[in-house]
Amino acid sequence: MPELKVEVIPEGTVIDHIPAGKWLKVIEILGLTRPNGGTLLIASNVPSKKLGRKDIVKIEGRYLSEEEVNKIALIAPLATVNIVKDYKIVEKFKVEIPDKIVGILRCPNPNCVSNHEHVTPKFRVESREPLKLRCHYCERTIEGDDILGNL
Amino acid sequence: MGWKGRDVISIRDFSKEDIEFVLKVAERLEEGLNEKGSLDYARGKILATLFFEPSTRTRLSFESAMHRLGGSVIGFSSASSTSVKKGESLADTIKTVEQYSDVIVIRHPMEGAARLAAEVAEVPVINAGDGSNQHPTQTLLDLYTIKRAFGSIDGLTIGLLGDLKYGRTVHSLAEALAFYDVELYLISPELLRMPKHIVEELREKGLEVHETTDLEEVIPELDLLYVTRIQRERFPDEEEYLKVKGSYQVNLSILKNAKESLRVMHPLPRVDEIHPEVDKSKHALYFRQVFSGVPVRMALLGLTLGVL
Ligand SMILES: [Zn+2]
Repeated sequence: MPELKVEVIPEGTVIDHIPAGKWLKVIEILGLTRPNGGTLLIASNVPSKKLGRKDIVKIEGRYLSEEEVNKIALIAPLATVNIVKDYKIVEKFKVEIPDKIVGILRCPNPNCVSNHEHVTPKFRVESREPLKLRCHYCERTIEGDDILGNL
Repeated sequence: MGWKGRDVISIRDFSKEDIEFVLKVAERLEEGLNEKGSLDYARGKILATLFFEPSTRTRLSFESAMHRLGGSVIGFSSASSTSVKKGESLADTIKTVEQYSDVIVIRHPMEGAARLAAEVAEVPVINAGDGSNQHPTQTLLDLYTIKRAFGSIDGLTIGLLGDLKYGRTVHSLAEALAFYDVELYLISPELLRMPKHIVEELREKGLEVHETTDLEEVIPELDLLYVTRIQRERFPDEEEYLKVKGSYQVNLSILKNAKESLRVMHPLPRVDEIHPEVDKSKHALYFRQVFSGVPVRMALLGLTLGVL
């Protein structure tokens, strides 16, 4: 059971309820595609009541910033983040898509000023289901693969 | 929201109350101009017009507006004459220019440039067109023209004709018209239909919207026909373009079936969408539309400067 696997790391973060197959995107977002310190455990295609199949990512010795959590929400809106200390889950929360996405997503519009000048890209969340964002600068909306491809 | 220091970047930032207020102030200024020829609300104030791409008409309209308000104007009309050519960032250009001016009007080929300029500048920034995104003063002057010609925008049946797919002007006009009780006919070739999400948005806001390719059939219904240019380069082949081009020429013969009171607008410049013979008819409203740019821009300059 996934609950047992959570116990495996002594300190760190467990991200649960990632849609099956999206674990690689999660570790990309967190910059963990190369070994850097603690153990990284990945469980893919695990049976799940909520999702049918899901991925779980466990990161030893690392905690996530709010920005990182928000970023994960864009590809895994149902994910839960567990904070583990001394083999125990000390905190558990669901990721949440914020009202504004700042600095983690590039605008796919090549003529958008945010791709040419030194500015932090910003998006307003227009709809969560399906996810639809509007660029603060060029005002274009982006959805689906355009979001994933530009994270 | 107070107007002093406010930026004018996107029609999406405007409420209906904002729009109505600008139109009312513009009307008051136009009356003032008729009485006195020019006004002096902005005496001693300097407008900087930063045109990173040329648009002579828009620039002249803003300059005329500032002069008629009693202020003065500095600026440039193409990026090649500035330090931008040397690779200066937009933010640095804006921070420099605001040392010389009280309000900035910017036209830029990149979408979002005006928003960025407004974030950087302490003085108010007015968007005079950013790429294919926004041109809010055009929309406001269109609404002003309609209101002056008909007394009210509510209750009108309006046809939008031409390139409804790529036309920035008709997109934001349609979005602004959604604040009013109007019926819309969207008239275009199949290839150049209004984007679905805009049509849906208009219907959600309660507008009755009809889509058609046939101008002749619907022209008797219309109070106002807003014509836009169909750009040749949008078409995959020349023949297709020529077919479409011919079918949408507004001339006296097609206007025979229109209401006496039908008015025709066009953001100009036109190519051959409206035959010159229409110019002298009572239907032509497009030169009056050009004139409307002055009081509307005077209103926006004066309000954001805090002198009105
Ligand atoms: Zn953008």
